[in-house]
Amino acid sequence: LRIWGEQGQAALEKSSICLLNCGPTGSETLKNLVLGGVGSITVVDGSKVEVGDLGNNFMVDESSVGQSKAKTVCAFLQELNDAVKAKFIEECPEALIETNPSFFSQFTLVVATQLAEDSMIKLDRICREANVMLLFARSYGLAGFVRISVKEHVVIESKPDHFLDDLRLNNPWPELKSFAETIELNAADPVAHKHTPYVVILVKMAEEWAKAHDGNLPSTRDEKKEFKELLKAKMMSMDEDNYKEAVDASFKVFAPRGINAELQQIINDGCAEVDSSSSDFWVMVAALKDFIVHEGAGEAPLEGSIPDMTSSTEIYVNLQKIYQAKAEADFLVIEEKVRNILKKTGKDPHSIPKSVIKSFCKNARKLKVCRYRLVEDEFSNPSLSELQRYLSSPDYSFAAGFYILLRAADRFAANYKVIPGHFEGSLMPSCREIDEDIARLKSTAVALLNDLGCSGSPLNDDLVSEMWRYAASELHTVAAFVGGVASQEVIKLITKQFVPMSGTFIFNGIDHKSQLLSL
Amino acid sequence: MASSAVQPSRSRDLDKLLLRSGNLVGENFEPGPQLRDDLREYVRILVVGAGGLGCELLKDLALSGFKNLEVIDMDRIEVTNLNRQFLFRLEDVGKPKAEVAAKRVMERVSGVNIVPHFCRIEDKEIDFYNDFSIIVLGLDSIEARSYINAVACGFLEYDSGDNPREETMKPIVDGGTEGFKGHARVILPGTTPCFECTIWLFPPQVKFPLCTLAETPRTAAHCIEYAHLIKWDEAHSGVSFDPDDPEHMKWVYDEALKRAELFGIPGVTYSLTQGVVKNIIPAIASTNAIISAACALETLKIASGCSKTLSNYLSYNGVEGLHIKVTEFEKDKDCLVCGPGILIELDASVTLQKFIDLLDEHSVLHLSKASVTHRGKNLYMQAPPVLEEMTRSNLSLPLFELMGKVPKDILHVTGIAIKDDKKTSCLRKLRIVFKGVDGVTDMDMAGGA
Repeated sequence: LRIWGEQGQAALEKSSICLLNCGPTGSETLKNLVLGGVGSITVVDGSKVEVGDLGNNFMVDESSVGQSKAKTVCAFLQELNDAVKAKFIEECPEALIETNPSFFSQFTLVVATQLAEDSMIKLDRICREANVMLLFARSYGLAGFVRISVKEHVVIESKPDHFLDDLRLNNPWPELKSFAETIELNAADPVAHKHTPYVVILVKMAEEWAKAHDGNLPSTRDEKKEFKELLKAKMMSMDEDNYKEAVDASFKVFAPRGINAELQQIINDGCAEVDSSSSDFWVMVAALKDFIVHEGAGEAPLEGSIPDMTSSTEIYVNLQKIYQAKAEADFLVIEEKVRNILKKTGKDPHSIPKSVIKSFCKNARKLKVCRYRLVEDEFSNPSLSELQRYLSSPDYSFAAGFYILLRAADRFAANYKVIPGHFEGSLMPSCREIDEDIARLKSTAVALLNDLGCSGSPLNDDLVSEMWRYAASELHTVAAFVGGVASQEVIKLITKQFVPMSGTFIFNGIDHKSQLLSL
Repeated sequence: MASSAVQPSRSRDLDKLLLRSGNLVGENFEPGPQLRDDLREYVRILVVGAGGLGCELLKDLALSGFKNLEVIDMDRIEVTNLNRQFLFRLEDVGKPKAEVAAKRVMERVSGVNIVPHFCRIEDKEIDFYNDFSIIVLGLDSIEARSYINAVACGFLEYDSGDNPREETMKPIVDGGTEGFKGHARVILPGTTPCFECTIWLFPPQVKFPLCTLAETPRTAAHCIEYAHLIKWDEAHSGVSFDPDDPEHMKWVYDEALKRAELFGIPGVTYSLTQGVVKNIIPAIASTNAIISAACALETLKIASGCSKTLSNYLSYNGVEGLHIKVTEFEKDKDCLVCGPGILIELDASVTLQKFIDLLDEHSVLHLSKASVTHRGKNLYMQAPPVLEEMTRSNLSLPLFELMGKVPKDILHVTGIAIKDDKKTSCLRKLRIVFKGVDGVTDMDMAGGA
């Protein structure tokens, strides 16, 4: 029993994942993916297992000290699921990125962990060029981040938690109206009266209202109130749940007709002007757009299912059939359009299976298109207004602070050839040395903010000290959290179900006010 | 001279948090090697549950500097657990979860000691739970959480100024998951809300109205629940339905199918039958990993003070993007489980009857027709008639005697109170203190006058 169903599972089993760096962040990400049943994994890491790794990584043990970390982690991951094909490559990911970019083309998705800024930028270019999905993840003391980088990811099966049903009470089609006409609301039999489903009640009452109001449905606050009173007046006793449901659902009559803003944006997207290079998704969007403009008269194809409601079994089942019939009819119209567009663009008209088009129609109101900036673009040109807002907002300031400080730490390391807060030798540094080091980190961060155009923005001094304190340590619990988030997003990307995160996720382990930053 | 070569340490990364000072840390944080060693030597953590969350918790805690762990779970490993309870293998099916989990983590992380307990949480003496510094929950039931919460809060004592006594405060870290959603919370009894203070956080389980099941089913789920809840008892009087018995499940499925056909309802499948009857929401490894990690991190922070703690409830939803929210809930000062209880001072001679009358006249309580229990024992019950008769003789006895002659203790009373002009029945926690029986009296007893 998997939440992403059989098709999702099949997609996972076909996928091949590449992991860069198998410290705890990478190992924990892959642990969840191996348990989930991905097809194959390739672990790339050039380091050897150290004693310090025994304290933060579950995929190594005492006997592996001195051996290749990639080999060790690979073997332990294999134990979790023998259906997964596991390989390792003992090589430093940075070197691979420099010298062998074509290596990455063979994978479905690359999970790149613990990379510094300049390697991230290079890898991002390589994967974007090769059309390989990419996800960055990093743990740094009590901070961390996850960032997807894909040119475009479309979701048909977004499966949102709460989404309004598609009852069309504000715009009933002829067959629904005729069906409602066959049912007498003022039934003499009290059992029949309280088993009339609210859909029928509302369709009839809305029609009655429209006749008395020039064809308009209730729109002002007073009108809506009046409509509800009319419903309540028809209740014959206190236990008529169907009428209570009708009152609760009356907002569906008042709702505006047509499609929501997000769907409108999708059909207006440039990609909806299709040609021979268009993906199946955009071909179907083009067909959908045409349907909405013509046969749909502003509406998307009917979803087709109805929620449970108080009703006699007979009327409910018949009502279900009415909705299913219209959904099927709408689907057939769209299917025809899809085949025509495919023909017109020189493709096989049957190259998109019926089942895919059907799912597309059923999910038409919930489609999602996700696009991600290249990290290079974001790094050199983040949305200033958003960044400034985050840095000054109490709920976001730690997360935004960590975002800046992680980049500052990378710059520091590039400039001074040492990680801020890292000291060789057994002696603890003196207070003066610590203060100087922290001051250097702070000035690096301030310089970064200046470069980005955010010179006036506040930077929390306590957070700078924290960053120094962490000295690029990889804590297991932080790695497990970040790895959990990363693996979940990988699954969404591969199964193409549920909506992946947008922006950069910053983990804040101090007060857990982690945030998604859209830069 | 100090050598410049450092002995490699397992604690390489944790040391940054435990040995270095910071500004965003706990109140009594004292960084240094002593803290790291104390965490290993003296801190004892109990993990309740060795399933999806428990396995992750044991790993996370073992790799967070803790060396003394114990785990309690009453279940055995099943095949369906293997896709996320990563410590278990095919050959472990049938063995106790707690034992296998402990064994695997100890094999992998040398130096950690994990004692497994293959039993129900109720089977342990209350004092067992008092031995631990922190209790971490990886449970899937409200009842189990309620139980541990009551046990931990039971250790809490208040001082004369109604302030919780720090040394009796037993922290609980609680995590829960369901599909893509989850929560992690920190419970510091007496300071933060306890589980009961915020019991309203849990939404009621979906229950279909009986008349729908019996007369007007519309969906496949209605047909299944009819077979499960109504038809089963009719056909198998005395035998309770066992969701883990495939024969029972098949019977329910067949009956549901029959009913569905009768009413013309599509969609009854064996798989749906299982899902509806067991109320299953598919579990995901990644959500378990996220929530357990948050819990283990908080446990490390509470034990060491190395950073500020979660205050106090984290909710997580990964369905659409990612949503994490931290809410600071407030304690219910009248909470029956973690609150101090309303103070009532009495003479040792006061009878139970007089006490019950006092409750009615009490300026805050105004509790009429009170029934009284002491540590689970009925002292007086207003109803039903059988119990009333059995406990009636206690009314003329001194309350002090009925309570075992202790100078002070907790009583629970139920009765009718007037709230907003309405009579409502309610339960109250009372702190009874008997005057002049604490061993200290006004007279000088030593050696006679």
